Amino acid sequence: MQRIPKGGHLLLVLLLAPWDIVPAHAQTPKDAAFLSTLGELREASYSDKEGIVERLGQTGHPSVRAVLTALIEERLYFRNTDRKIFIAKSADSDPLRLSDPLTLKEVGSAPASSLTQIGTNNALRRVLRMSLARFSLSSPDAAVRSDAAREMSKSLDDQTVALLSERLRVETNSGVRKEIATDLALAALDGSDTGARLAAVATLRESVSQDVRNRLALLLDKSPDGTYAEKDEKVRQAAASAVESIDHWRTFYSGIQTLFFGLSLGSVLVLIAIGLAITFGVMGVINMAHGELMMFGAYTTYLVQVAMPGHIGISILVAIPAAFIVSGLTGVVLERTIIRFLYGRPLETLLATFGVSLILQQTVRSIFTALNRSVVTPDWMSGSLRLNDALEITYNRLYIVIFTLIVFAAVQLVLKRTRLGLDIRAVSQNRRMAKAMGIRTEWVDAMTFGLGSGIAGVAGVALSQLTNVGPDLGQSYIIDSFMVVVFGGVGNLWGSLIGGTSMGVVNQLLEPWAGAVLAKIFVLIALILFIQARPRGLFPQKGRAAEDK
Amino acid sequence: MSESDKVPGLWKRTTLVDRGGPRGIDPGGRWLLTVLAAVAVAVPLLNQVVPATSAFHLSPFGITLIGKYMCYGMLAMAIDLIWGYCGILSLGHGAFFALGGYAMGMYLMRQIGPRGVYGDPVLPDFMVFLNYKSLPWFWHGFNHFPLAVAMVAVVPALLALVFGWFAFRSRVTGVYLSIITQALTYALMLAFFRNDMGFGGNNGFTDFKEILGFDLHSDRTRVVLLVITAAALAGGYEVCRKIVESRAGRVVLAIRDAESRTRFLGYPVESFKLWLFVISGILAGVAGALYVPQVGIINPSEFAPINSIEAVIWVAVGGRGTLYGAIAGAVLVNYLKTWLTGAFPEIWLYALGALFVLVTLFLPRGITGLLRRRSTQT
Amino acid sequence: MRDKRLQLEGLTVSFDGFKALNNLSLHVDPGELLCIIGPNGAGKTTMMDVITGKTRPDSGTARFGLDIDLLGMSEAEIVGAGIGRKFQKPTVFEQLTVFENLELALAGSRSFLTTFRARMSGAQQERIHQVLEIIGLLEQRDAFARVLAHGQKQWLEIGMLLMQNPELLLVDEPVAGMTPHEVERTAELLRSLAGEHSVVVVEHDMAFVRSIAKRVVVLHEGSVIAEGDMDTVQKHARVIEVYLGV
Repeated sequence: MQRIPKGGHLLLVLLLAPWDIVPAHAQTPKDAAFLSTLGELREASYSDKEGIVERLGQTGHPSVRAVLTALIEERLYFRNTDRKIFIAKSADSDPLRLSDPLTLKEVGSAPASSLTQIGTNNALRRVLRMSLARFSLSSPDAAVRSDAAREMSKSLDDQTVALLSERLRVETNSGVRKEIATDLALAALDGSDTGARLAAVATLRESVSQDVRNRLALLLDKSPDGTYAEKDEKVRQAAASAVESIDHWRTFYSGIQTLFFGLSLGSVLVLIAIGLAITFGVMGVINMAHGELMMFGAYTTYLVQVAMPGHIGISILVAIPAAFIVSGLTGVVLERTIIRFLYGRPLETLLATFGVSLILQQTVRSIFTALNRSVVTPDWMSGSLRLNDALEITYNRLYIVIFTLIVFAAVQLVLKRTRLGLDIRAVSQNRRMAKAMGIRTEWVDAMTFGLGSGIAGVAGVALSQLTNVGPDLGQSYIIDSFMVVVFGGVGNLWGSLIGGTSMGVVNQLLEPWAGAVLAKIFVLIALILFIQARPRGLFPQKGRAAEDK
Repeated sequence: MSESDKVPGLWKRTTLVDRGGPRGIDPGGRWLLTVLAAVAVAVPLLNQVVPATSAFHLSPFGITLIGKYMCYGMLAMAIDLIWGYCGILSLGHGAFFALGGYAMGMYLMRQIGPRGVYGDPVLPDFMVFLNYKSLPWFWHGFNHFPLAVAMVAVVPALLALVFGWFAFRSRVTGVYLSIITQALTYALMLAFFRNDMGFGGNNGFTDFKEILGFDLHSDRTRVVLLVITAAALAGGYEVCRKIVESRAGRVVLAIRDAESRTRFLGYPVESFKLWLFVISGILAGVAGALYVPQVGIINPSEFAPINSIEAVIWVAVGGRGTLYGAIAGAVLVNYLKTWLTGAFPEIWLYALGALFVLVTLFLPRGITGLLRRRSTQT
Repeated sequence: MRDKRLQLEGLTVSFDGFKALNNLSLHVDPGELLCIIGPNGAGKTTMMDVITGKTRPDSGTARFGLDIDLLGMSEAEIVGAGIGRKFQKPTVFEQLTVFENLELALAGSRSFLTTFRARMSGAQQERIHQVLEIIGLLEQRDAFARVLAHGQKQWLEIGMLLMQNPELLLVDEPVAGMTPHEVERTAELLRSLAGEHSVVVVEHDMAFVRSIAKRVVVLHEGSVIAEGDMDTVQKHARVIEVYLGV
């Protein structure tokens, strides 16, 4: 860091030295104007701040964008002692790492108590967003430009329209062009030229945005005295048809959205159910502690992230095998100490494992307290793919769906291609015969349970990305996962896959209609009725040994 | 003659069942009825006669506790009836208990009348709070005690009938059935938590004032309620005993052990299961209905799956297939719970979990099984 | 009158092209003790299945007595007509006593309410004791069925069958897994049953068959290849060929 003591600044330096901050370099008149306008933010009221922000934008200073972004993200502070304004790197650390608003260079850090944040309210943030959008319109990143254009549709004054039209001339990205065209069309709807309005409606027809749809619908509004908002008949007709078309497409896309949500919900269920189906199919054991093994996996993810705070990106990849091992080992221990003594008594096993689940829950509560622990989603999994206004695919869910398929394939591979898998299948079909052929059924039991439990742990990793991690995590999903096993049967893993996916989708489909509770009740009743036709599920286990269960 | 022709004592049935008519009662059952009679006498004495200053005085808290235990005992007995004797493990019996409780609760809410916080003579407080204009149709008539009592039995019976009919007819057995019963009570819990169901939402019913005109907070009413509970428990026991000692009871045992063989003998297996399931549901409902006026509150968490599963462990601890064992188990485990949650609350869940594991591993016949083995070895 | 003759004629049963029964014809006289032997897959069990109504034949007739056509009846009806079957694996109710096992097999209404209210009549008790004597388990009356030896369980099952007072008893491999002593007693039991009942026994144990049967029928590939007393059958050329593969 360059220390430039300059005459009168020496005193300042001495004062500032304890806080390790260095004063800025020499300023130009533009800088001075910028700084003084900026300084007004300190004392101003919120409504005044809006005007100040406008003026800041007009200065055209290169730092405006950073400053306004800082302001909207609540990272703009002024120091209590000398009222100097700083930008903080992030809002919730202490001490705060500060940058100079003029040069945007990092200048040091200070305790949070020595600074006061410059506040915003909703109205101010709206103005800020608009200003920033105007800046963003020339950003090199197409996504940023697209967002900016979309933001600007919210207030289409002449200045904005002029800006957009100008941008359209040089814009090369088709997606951004479309956004800008939509904006201009929206603006044209207010114009006097009928032909222009008609053309605008034709353009807007292609959109799937709710805002566009509503704006078009407004044209069809009838005032109490019978006159339409839109005077021209042709334009009205075009608008009506456009609204219909947009509605139709929106329904279609939100259908896909619902399907996707259902798939992601279902894939979590599938992950949980696979483990259950394996242990139940092979050993006839319903493991009530399965949810807790999953919870262990989620907490393992948390611990991994605590252990490597700087590498959140690969934390998930590390957590997966870690969770598998943790939960798998726990499962093996469970099997060796408790479950193997209850072989052939499924109802007792159910009760014993329930006891274990209570103990596991309480253990976690004692160690980590009953409060939820936060698990961070790594950057590469955050965000979403916004296909259009009605369809947004969040990356974390997408990854989980893909992940589930990978796990499913991996488990199938283990079962069909490895020696262990062969042994497991043999034992599940005819235990006595397998034993007679020299397969060590006890070892297979332990490994099977370990495998099923390990998969539960991995499911926990996935869950940690979707929901809060707390000691009760297992309980919320255990009943649903049982339903999947009952529905899908334990004959082969496809039962779990199809069962889990369909239950997730059905649940998601019913929810907007009936609400979460009724949806669950419907699913339950449907399941009971389904069981009438197929008491052993979609893919029941075949073979004489299966009839003993 | 081979050795198996000489049959040692343990392997013979000790009570003769081949003579019709009144038969000797199992010693455990005799114990139960004696204890219940003793409680029915002692409690009024210790509360109403013994002065409050004496160390032997039974406080209202004590009365409520004993009453609670007895209601739990009844629930446990209901579970034992279908589990110990018929092999049906219901993990959702708390639903019947709660339904009976809610039915009684509805009557008690109507009894509050204009004395509620909002002072509406007809609408209970929570309805006023939620802006109900009038009483929902299913609340009508619940200000009449006979109807409420009838509902206490009818509603759980109906649920048991419908659910059982579907489940047994489709030959769902074993763990599958248990899981579905758990889902049933879970769904009911979710439903009753909703504010728009008309059952008080997540607050349930509380602030009861009187039953049949008697103040619920008075000691005398509490004592009477307790005696009635004891009588109900004894009565319930007798009903169950009559069933299990009849030929129908033996058919049920046969169903438990070899269902298809029993069917092959021509017995309508599903019908027997259904009868038992419905009777068990009614018993549980009555238990719930006696529970609510004594503890003064009912809310949807009674439907929580963990309650039902806890009830099962009472039966397992006490010993399946004896009826009185289940009652004993309920009292013992709940006593342990009361003590632990008071003295060392953090370890209660550990203790409960450990109980599940230890009982299934080491005490498959429960405590009564342990005592029986001891007695036949003398 | 216990005079019904079992008459099977031209029974054919095929499963997916495989002929389990191939134009099978045989008869059982009232009161007779008939043994049916034959290698595995000969159709013995399928024949029993047809008689009891578990399987429908593709062609042929099965009559019991003059006017009972077994092929048009349901399993339950056939039981009601007086035909009882004992399966290979003994399933008695382990947690009930011998007496109670027999009690369950008593004739009468099977509904919950009737069984709940049922009181054992003197006549019923007599009957149970009678059967206990026949099967030789009088001493074990109050013992739980689970402590019985394998052979005793088989007898108990036969006893349960007898409770329904059948005219025709179909007994499937009764002595498998029995000690020699038990085999002897079983032979005694079955011999004592003949006369009052018609008994058809399917067995592999040749010594046993010899000790009980007056008439033996040999089945092979779904039809009868020999019939007569034990000596005749054992000398029959086709039988030797089929059994020894010579």
